[in-house]
Amino acid sequence: MSSAATLQHADVHVSHDAHHEHHHHETFITKYVFSQDHKMIAKQFLVTGIIWAIIGGLFSVIFRLQLGYPEATFPWLEDLLGHWAAGGKLKPEFYYALVTMHGTILVFFVLTAGLSGTFANFLIPLQVGARDMASPMLNMLSYWFFFLSSIIMFCSLFIQTGPASGGWTIYPPLSALGDASTGSILGMDFWLVSMAMFIVSALLGGLNYITTILNMRTKGMSMTRLPLTIWALFFTAVLGVLSFPVLLSGAILLLFDRNLGTSFYLSDIVVAGKILPNEGGSAILFQHLFWFLGHPEVYIILLPAMGMSSEIISVNSRKPIFGYMAMVGSLFAIAILAFLVWAHHMFVTGLNPFLGSVFVLLTLLIAVPSAIKVFNWLTTLWRANIRFTPGMLFAIGFVSLFISGGLTGIFLGNSALDLHLHDTYFVVAHFHIVMGVASFFGMFAGVYHWFPKMFGRYLNNTMAYIHFWVTIVGAYLIFWPMHYQGLSGMPRRYYDFSSWISFNQFSGLNEFISFVAMIVFAAQLLFVFNFFYSMFKGRKVTDSNPWGANTLEWTTPINPGHGNWPGEIPEVHRGAYDYAKDGKEFIPQDVPVGDDESKH
Amino acid sequence: MSTVTMEQRKRIHPHKFTLWVGIGSLLMMFAGLTSAYIVKRNQANWQTFDLPQFFWYSTVAIILSSVTIYLAEKAFKQRMMQKYRSLVVTTLVLGILFIVFQLLGFQQLWAKQVTLTANVSYSFMYVIVGLHAAHVLGGLIALIVLFAKAFSVKTRSYNSVPVELVSTYWHFVDVLWIYLLIFLILIR
Repeated sequence: MSSAATLQHADVHVSHDAHHEHHHHETFITKYVFSQDHKMIAKQFLVTGIIWAIIGGLFSVIFRLQLGYPEATFPWLEDLLGHWAAGGKLKPEFYYALVTMHGTILVFFVLTAGLSGTFANFLIPLQVGARDMASPMLNMLSYWFFFLSSIIMFCSLFIQTGPASGGWTIYPPLSALGDASTGSILGMDFWLVSMAMFIVSALLGGLNYITTILNMRTKGMSMTRLPLTIWALFFTAVLGVLSFPVLLSGAILLLFDRNLGTSFYLSDIVVAGKILPNEGGSAILFQHLFWFLGHPEVYIILLPAMGMSSEIISVNSRKPIFGYMAMVGSLFAIAILAFLVWAHHMFVTGLNPFLGSVFVLLTLLIAVPSAIKVFNWLTTLWRANIRFTPGMLFAIGFVSLFISGGLTGIFLGNSALDLHLHDTYFVVAHFHIVMGVASFFGMFAGVYHWFPKMFGRYLNNTMAYIHFWVTIVGAYLIFWPMHYQGLSGMPRRYYDFSSWISFNQFSGLNEFISFVAMIVFAAQLLFVFNFFYSMFKGRKVTDSNPWGANTLEWTTPINPGHGNWPGEIPEVHRGAYDYAKDGKEFIPQDVPVGDDESKH
Repeated sequence: MSTVTMEQRKRIHPHKFTLWVGIGSLLMMFAGLTSAYIVKRNQANWQTFDLPQFFWYSTVAIILSSVTIYLAEKAFKQRMMQKYRSLVVTTLVLGILFIVFQLLGFQQLWAKQVTLTANVSYSFMYVIVGLHAAHVLGGLIALIVLFAKAFSVKTRSYNSVPVELVSTYWHFVDVLWIYLLIFLILIR
């Protein structure tokens, strides 16, 4: 048992760094606000992410109202949004603003900062056996840059001309010219400044994660003994550190074009009969810079979900993960390929067809490591003694969504098919399932699994099961029909489809999708209630290792202080997946290898 | 609270490692800009221009400053504090000279109608050189901190890590400038 292992460490003589414990007085400000404890910073990221998720989710419900009920008016919308919904009907400009902000918020603020910000901060020091991050100070700054970025983005929602509305990909010239849309006037500047702060936050975080993993592992924790969560978070950080700066350079050039009259992206543009002075720029150049981040960003979102699901599936299957090295290798392959496929977002930009076919090949190659991962998850589950905890359900849900969404990626990765499918609801369905919902499932799995470690209490299981079933059924009901809409050519980002005869056949389906979206959103509110209720009133954790897991975070006290282990940091003697070995249900990583122990 | 245990001291110091990863990240930003430059150059409407004389002076200044900070680091480790102080000051002065020369170079260009908005090739030069100068300014702030520490009477520091960090970063902006200079000369 791990509790025995913990005891064994407790009576070891006081270590050289134990006397650093609690020797400074903690006030409310230093403990909860300007905290340098990685666990508190993780919780700050998580709570900020949840607030953003509610805002971003609510936006999708509002624009789904427009799509599902284009003829109806909702007087309460006017109360909520003022002149943006005059007469209870959403204005087209604000519809675009909502779509743009929904994308921005969910991609960056929730699934990047909320997901890897939370779990990289929380799990890396705990699972590699470190007292904190390599630089707690930079780590704190990482959160506060994110906070600043959040405040700026939040403020942009309230400016008179509205927030950015040129799509989350902010393609110029739409994003570069105030004449293009009201959101491109002041909203776009807010967006760019906010994202610059966000990039700084992501970089500071990423530097710390990489250094901590490579440099601060406890004795015995070789790279091949790392839990898969850490491997995934490591590759995520590498992707972020190498790709975000490129977005920053693209954004800097855009800022120059917007405010200083340069022509990096602008050329031969006529606005209201007048020719703009800008010459010699190329809008496609922005797309290259954007997608050089944009595609790795997909994996920045997805890899943490993969890593956490691998860990949770193994723990709750009571079996070692199938093919540990193959799992690491496939993460590595995905991380490399992530940098080599960006132009598959640009097949219809007039890209050289030969270059296009190279990108098709590289894109389809991602199916290989993805298939390896799916195979290994399924073989881990195969004939396992599965415990259907809420975390496990969400991890299995992740695998299901990753398969469904991944398969449609093979369609879209073909440039010939993409000519027809690009910018249709097929794309919307594909990336929402594989990147949006799947990563959310990874995140939920992580929250349900590590909540006891975070707060010393359990989440309520009944609410958790309702949350899971409504969400997985709802997600499929929302996004599955969109594939058919996209195949029939229904374009994305349109405000109202009712004037096209060819899309009228989908009005009932659109209404159905919007209706389900509202139910799913309500289920998320149930989760939010459960989260905050259980934080204070949930059932208390009494066993330091409630899931019977092997990783080091469960060797800490139930409510670990700053520094994580009261005594010496445990030494690691084995990999993270010694489940069902030699008749033992599980053997934690800090248990020495016995003389008669069989080799795996 | 110390985040470094005895076991970890044998490896590279985490802050140094963080800096190296950060340098990798900064390189990606400049790689993004210079590759955008190359892509753009192959399209129409690209005008070439000669780099100003002052950029050569600034190059000399920053190379010299790299030498002085290297010597400063060495002096600090040998606890020759008097020598260390004067070398830090020299580096700081050379760094400021670099920025001044860059600005004078910009002025020279501007006078020859090579302005920010006249052609996209000019815009690229201003953004790339300007962004590099911003990173040198960051280094100068770090040097000022070292300077303040070196002349502080109250605290006496024997930890060479901060000096090594600033020195590594300073060499980085130096090498980066040489790369950018060669890039701007060769690829026009």
